[in-house]
Amino acid sequence: MTATLATAAARAVDVWKVYGSGEAEVAALRGVSVGLERGRYTAIMGPSGSGKSTLMHCLAGLDSVTRGEVYVGDTLITGLGDRGLTDLRRDKVGFIFQQFNLLPTLTAEENILLPLSIAGRKPDRQWYDTVIDTVGLRDRLRHRPTQLSGGQQQRVACARALVSRPDVVFADEPTGNLDSRSGAEVLGFLRNSVRQFGQTIVMVTHDANAASYADRVIFLADGQIVDELHEPTAEAVLDRLKRLDVTAAAVADRATGVL
Amino acid sequence: MLRATFKSLLSRKLRLLLSGLAVVLAVMFVSGAFILSDTLGRTFDSLFTNAYDYTDIQVQAKPKVDGGGDGGAVPANIQSTVVGKVAAVPGVAKATGTVAAEGARVVGRNGKVVGGAGGAPRFGINWTGEDQLISLREGRGPQASGEVALNAGLAKIGNFKVGEQVGVLTLEPKKTFTVVGIFGYAGGRDSIGGEQTVAFTEPVAQQLMLGATGVYNVIDVKVADKRDLTKVRDALRAEVGPSYQVDTGADLAKKQSDQIKKALSFVTYILLGFAAVALLVGVFLILNTFSIIVAQRTQELALLRAMGASRRQMIGSVLLEASLIGVVSWLVGLGLGVGIGSGGAFALAKLTGIDDVAGVGVPPAAWIVSFVVGVGVTILAALLPAFQASRVPPVAAMRQAGTADRPLTKLTAAGGVLAAGGGGALAFGLSGKAHDNTIWWVVGGVFVTFIAVALLTPLLGRPVVSVLGRLFAWSVAGKLGRRNSARNPRRTAITAAAMMISIALVTGISTIFTSVSSSVSKIVDQQVQADLIISGQQTSAIPPAIDPVALARVRALSTVDAVAGQAYGAAMIGGKSQFVAAFDDQAAAARILKLKPKIGRVDRLGAGEMVVDEATAKGRGWTIGDQVTIQLPRGEPRQLRVVGTYPSGPGAGGILLSWPDATAGFRTSTAVQAYVKLRPGAVTTAAKGEVDRILADSPEVNVATREEWLGNQTQIFDIVLTIVQVLLGVAMLIAVLGIVNTLVLSVLERTRELGMLRAIGLRRGQVMRMVTVESVVISLFGSLLGIAVGAGLGAAVVRALKDKGITELSLPWGLMVGYVVAGAFVGVVAAIIPAIRAARLDVLKAIAYE
Repeated sequence: MTATLATAAARAVDVWKVYGSGEAEVAALRGVSVGLERGRYTAIMGPSGSGKSTLMHCLAGLDSVTRGEVYVGDTLITGLGDRGLTDLRRDKVGFIFQQFNLLPTLTAEENILLPLSIAGRKPDRQWYDTVIDTVGLRDRLRHRPTQLSGGQQQRVACARALVSRPDVVFADEPTGNLDSRSGAEVLGFLRNSVRQFGQTIVMVTHDANAASYADRVIFLADGQIVDELHEPTAEAVLDRLKRLDVTAAAVADRATGVL
Repeated sequence: MLRATFKSLLSRKLRLLLSGLAVVLAVMFVSGAFILSDTLGRTFDSLFTNAYDYTDIQVQAKPKVDGGGDGGAVPANIQSTVVGKVAAVPGVAKATGTVAAEGARVVGRNGKVVGGAGGAPRFGINWTGEDQLISLREGRGPQASGEVALNAGLAKIGNFKVGEQVGVLTLEPKKTFTVVGIFGYAGGRDSIGGEQTVAFTEPVAQQLMLGATGVYNVIDVKVADKRDLTKVRDALRAEVGPSYQVDTGADLAKKQSDQIKKALSFVTYILLGFAAVALLVGVFLILNTFSIIVAQRTQELALLRAMGASRRQMIGSVLLEASLIGVVSWLVGLGLGVGIGSGGAFALAKLTGIDDVAGVGVPPAAWIVSFVVGVGVTILAALLPAFQASRVPPVAAMRQAGTADRPLTKLTAAGGVLAAGGGGALAFGLSGKAHDNTIWWVVGGVFVTFIAVALLTPLLGRPVVSVLGRLFAWSVAGKLGRRNSARNPRRTAITAAAMMISIALVTGISTIFTSVSSSVSKIVDQQVQADLIISGQQTSAIPPAIDPVALARVRALSTVDAVAGQAYGAAMIGGKSQFVAAFDDQAAAARILKLKPKIGRVDRLGAGEMVVDEATAKGRGWTIGDQVTIQLPRGEPRQLRVVGTYPSGPGAGGILLSWPDATAGFRTSTAVQAYVKLRPGAVTTAAKGEVDRILADSPEVNVATREEWLGNQTQIFDIVLTIVQVLLGVAMLIAVLGIVNTLVLSVLERTRELGMLRAIGLRRGQVMRMVTVESVVISLFGSLLGIAVGAGLGAAVVRALKDKGITELSLPWGLMVGYVVAGAFVGVVAAIIPAIRAARLDVLKAIAYE
């Protein structure tokens, strides 16, 4: 909303996502319009069931929308087939998952280079070295994921997401499985990649501390964007979340009242 | 506990279906084999009961030479005086001397022997008028020596009409007769079980079918009172003495039926062989499936343990699952077995010309054996996984991670010990120190080594799979697939072992047969110096004969140097049946077949003389100058003197008689095979054409060049090899199921990985390629191992058979390449369903973990 079209790395225009039909119809997203600025670190927050993961999946071309349009860069991805979406994810999007999701059969280095080898592209050596040094994995490249700690595995996953220089990196609860120290490392690293290399990152999280690393926080409730914060602190985020809970509880009360 | 078992069964339908299929196949073949032989048995029982319905008692002379119980014995003649003796026995109403011998071949319009159902007899009989069994449909019975009557079945096949001329081959070369009548049998039948019968006048039948006038081979006895049947039979036995056989119609029906059942039992053995292979491979499949299920359910099992389920209950639960699968598969397999059993019986009966096939029935043996096979084997294969399940500690319920592959130390150690044992047995067997037991040591060694290799498969799997995988590592998908196939060495190995066993089995058998085949053809090739060989296709009990007149014309050809006509038959020597042969020109035979004397002479044989190969001489303890008593099919025993010995070999062997003795004693006095040597410079094809024209009137014999004939000599091995390939097909089918099983599991286990790969941009096609590479690597590993093991063990057996004349080791290269290709193909086919599953995976669900 606040971002101009030209600077958006990904944007949603009046996006609806509806599951089921008739009586069992559930709307996960109700007319969400949002632009995610290039070179910025955006966090998406909200209580369980608020639609934050669905929004990310739709923006990343993992899920289709019921109504509305989604753009990644200047490409309209709504209506693209599986092949088109796959290639879009391969070439323009990076992913970081909560469970790291590394291939146990590959070494750290092979995991990092996986998106490039899938696309059949040669890595940009200089950029690759920069990424490796930034995540601090130089001496772990020949290791298998099982030989790495959780934090190290997630840093491998971050390097994997960054090495192909995607238009946008989506991170889904990247610190959910990490202790606080490793989590802080990963979050710091993500923020660095935005600051130093102009990477665009979108992160879904329910951790206020994690969200405080972002430049901008978008709050979702009941499938709609209800609030947003710029240059947030953990306290401010917590405060907003508390208010959101109250609103959500009120909405729920009203719903029960009707019944 | 029971409810939990059912629930878990239902939740894994596909996998259980796959493992059940192997049991279904095995049960199908086992029960099919039993049902087939049962149905055929009842069919033949009723057929012969019909044929002998109107026979009270028959008296036959015992054959002078044993036919080895296969009905190939030459019938002995009965003097007409015996008929009178039989008629005088109290209780006998009527005794009729009859001629009823197999071997009257009618020549059809196309110049060939009238075709018919395979194996159905071609009888020549004397016309004794119409009776309860035989009645004329058209014309009359034969009255003059140039007349015959045919049964309606034969007339139909050959499209013969009354008044027409037909040629008939008997003990003598083709003679022409006029068809004066066509007859059928009681109950409106044209033929009894596809049989063909030519009725001659009595003297003609005696001369042509028995080789002498005034003799019979069967006395048909009617008793005055049917209740006295056995009493009269026993009285007859006492009257005619031990050189005759006296049987009631029922006895005869049973004897003949048994004989034919025995002849057809090979089909049962083939089916049982298929069942054995299906089982062997199926055991691996079931073992694998249950191990997988147990591994997958570790948490669930641990939870049950934590809640207080005892070890025994855990084992019971897995075994109960196994029994349920076993019982269901058994029932389905039995149903299919009824199908192939009765279908096969029907087809075989039709092939033998029988129209009324007995109804479908499942004999008790089929129920019992197939139950043991189906349910027993399933439970047995599930035992090991069941114990694994009981060893899951309760604490495993709390652990997140799946069970790691257990170390291979124990398996490898066991495999190593067995391999050493098997290798030792093989080495000992092949060293020649085992003497007469060589083959047993070798076969035992082969068997043990086989199991050892199966146990060592996981160990071998790592390096081999890694090397094989490199073939496919040119793409990301290939690289990932290769890595995946190396992930669970134990699972990969068990899956590949099924493939290994089936391919090792057929490669081993193929190696043995190819070696035997090439050894035989090499030896025959070296030994037989003939340019053309005249030989016949045997279509009845009487061997095909080369018309002596035609043979004389071949001899007279300007291009022909020498001809050795050969006749052979069985003889009784010292109470044992023995194959003997004779040449019409011994000198030519010695030259063409390279018979070199070891002692004495072999190129000249007068009446009363014989030569013998060294091995036979040694076995019988004969030396030059010995007098040997030989009983030939016809005439009285003869005293022959050994005048020479020659080296043994598979090309030519055994006892050679003089031509005069042979023509007097053999069933036919003509040559059945002839070796022709051409003059130098003669063109083989031109000469073959000339001989062909001379033989135009000998419908059963053909002339072949040396190469064509050599090819025919090894035809039987080709047939065996073909059956073996079908066997492989069955085994491969099961191996496919095993690979599918493993792959489906891999896909399930790696759902999240697949989701991640798809999320970061792996295309559907690439996912499918990845799964396919994994599959192909596994199946290629199994195939290559199988080929190596099979060829090695086959070669060991061939080496052990060296003393038996199998000197050539030839590996079936073409087949082996074929197996590798088939292996790769199997891999691709097996990957289809799992690959589609993997590609269709819902990316969101795969990466969603909350």
